[in-house]
Amino acid sequence: MAKQYNIGYYFAEGGRSVLTHGLMSFAAISMIVACLLIMGSFSLVAINMDSMLGALEQENEFIAYIDESYTQEESEALRSTLESTYNVASVEFVTRVEAMEDFLSGREENELLESLPPEVLRDRYQIRVTDIEQMEKTVTEVELVTGIAKVTAALEIAQGFVMVRNIATTIAAALVGMLLTISLFIITNTVRLATFYRREEIAIMKMCGATDGFIRWPFMVEGMILGLVGALVAFFLQWGLYQLVASLMLDADGFSLVTIVPFSDMIQLILLTFCSTGLVIGIMGSLLAIRKFLQV
Amino acid sequence: MIRFIDIYKEYDNGTKALRGVNLRIDDGEFVFLVGASGSGKSTLIKLITGEIACTEGRLMVNGYNLNNIAPKQIPYMRRTLGIIFQDFRLIEKKTIYDNLTFIMRAVGASSYEISKRINYVLKLVGLEQKAHSYPGELSGGEQQRVAIARALVNNPSMIIADEPTGNLDPQRSLEIMTLLERINERGITVLVVTHEKGLVNRFAKRVITIDQGKVARDETGGYYNGKTV
Repeated sequence: MAKQYNIGYYFAEGGRSVLTHGLMSFAAISMIVACLLIMGSFSLVAINMDSMLGALEQENEFIAYIDESYTQEESEALRSTLESTYNVASVEFVTRVEAMEDFLSGREENELLESLPPEVLRDRYQIRVTDIEQMEKTVTEVELVTGIAKVTAALEIAQGFVMVRNIATTIAAALVGMLLTISLFIITNTVRLATFYRREEIAIMKMCGATDGFIRWPFMVEGMILGLVGALVAFFLQWGLYQLVASLMLDADGFSLVTIVPFSDMIQLILLTFCSTGLVIGIMGSLLAIRKFLQV
Repeated sequence: MIRFIDIYKEYDNGTKALRGVNLRIDDGEFVFLVGASGSGKSTLIKLITGEIACTEGRLMVNGYNLNNIAPKQIPYMRRTLGIIFQDFRLIEKKTIYDNLTFIMRAVGASSYEISKRINYVLKLVGLEQKAHSYPGELSGGEQQRVAIARALVNNPSMIIADEPTGNLDPQRSLEIMTLLERINERGITVLVVTHEKGLVNRFAKRVITIDQGKVARDETGGYYNGKTV
């Protein structure tokens, strides 16, 4: 007898069970929503922090001063060497005249500086790095380039950025792991209650020759429905919550420097993550819940 | 066909439930399995249905060697059996029709097959008018007839009835036993576990008496005096 007859039955039974145990299903969906929302919120904070740190990384640079004995042409010739150095994203040559102009801008009223010749400063390169974590290594390599007299780099700031980002990532990962475990536990218990309620039915089916797969499928469908509905509700709530928090932050003066990643940039990723997480939690929870009741 | 060859069963707590049982039940037989409580009857039934495995000996059920049966094969072995319980074990929230449907669904039957077969077995047990009733709306005797219909619905070659009249009055018990006899006349093997001596003696079938884990008596047209041997 063909198994296709059963597919409709699995979905009908799974759906019926969700409705029959309405209160329990509501509780399970609510917990999945809560867990996904918390997980999603932390992940979105982490994504935004990463984005901001990434932006700050782009701003992060160090200065390599060129030996005073080098002419401007010789100094500019160092560009290709510096550009080919490990972890260098971009280099910008700044002549001593430009450096002096930059130094004097905003200090026009200081008479003492008026007569200061540009020769007191050195030609220099402003060097941006690709990976802030590797900045120290890049600085060391640039220092070894012939013609570079001195390098100044705010390594402490770079290391600070790295530390903050790593802490944020670790906390987010730990929370996600913890909340996934809690969600799994909750859905396992919800489906376990449903299987307990139907234990007699399961025992009779087993004694009449039902395979484990036949008995397991409706409960898996139930878990999938709970997981998927929870994921979709959580997704829309997350969307609304994110937009609300983003608009509040952009309106507030204290957060004028904060940049928020638009939700639309992450919409597919979040929807896919929520749905797949909900489905996996639902299926795993069901499988764990029913295991005991199949031993007849 | 069932073959027990020198079967021993010892539970984890040390209880020796069966001690060298040898018996053979051929296709088409009607057999009463009798014995006092704790004699080993239930263990014997559980061995046949594959709920437990024997500790020693060889056991064959309807062509399946239960000594080395793969767990995945057990459902298919069980489909050759129809089991009737003392307490009926019907699903209260399902109609009679649905109580039978889900058993046929469990073996992958189509809606057409289900409809055709259920109408047939309900007619056989005389409950075709009660298809859309719920178990709670039926008498004990009617509920047991539904349980018999459920045991028959997947067309098994053997019916195992575990104390099928234990919850019924004498008149209903007689009706149920007569129904089982009619089913047996259609070629289906029937194994009835009971200790109702009146019924056993009235039907004069083969009687296997179990006592302290052993076959104490095995007689065709036998009797049961309500005692062990």
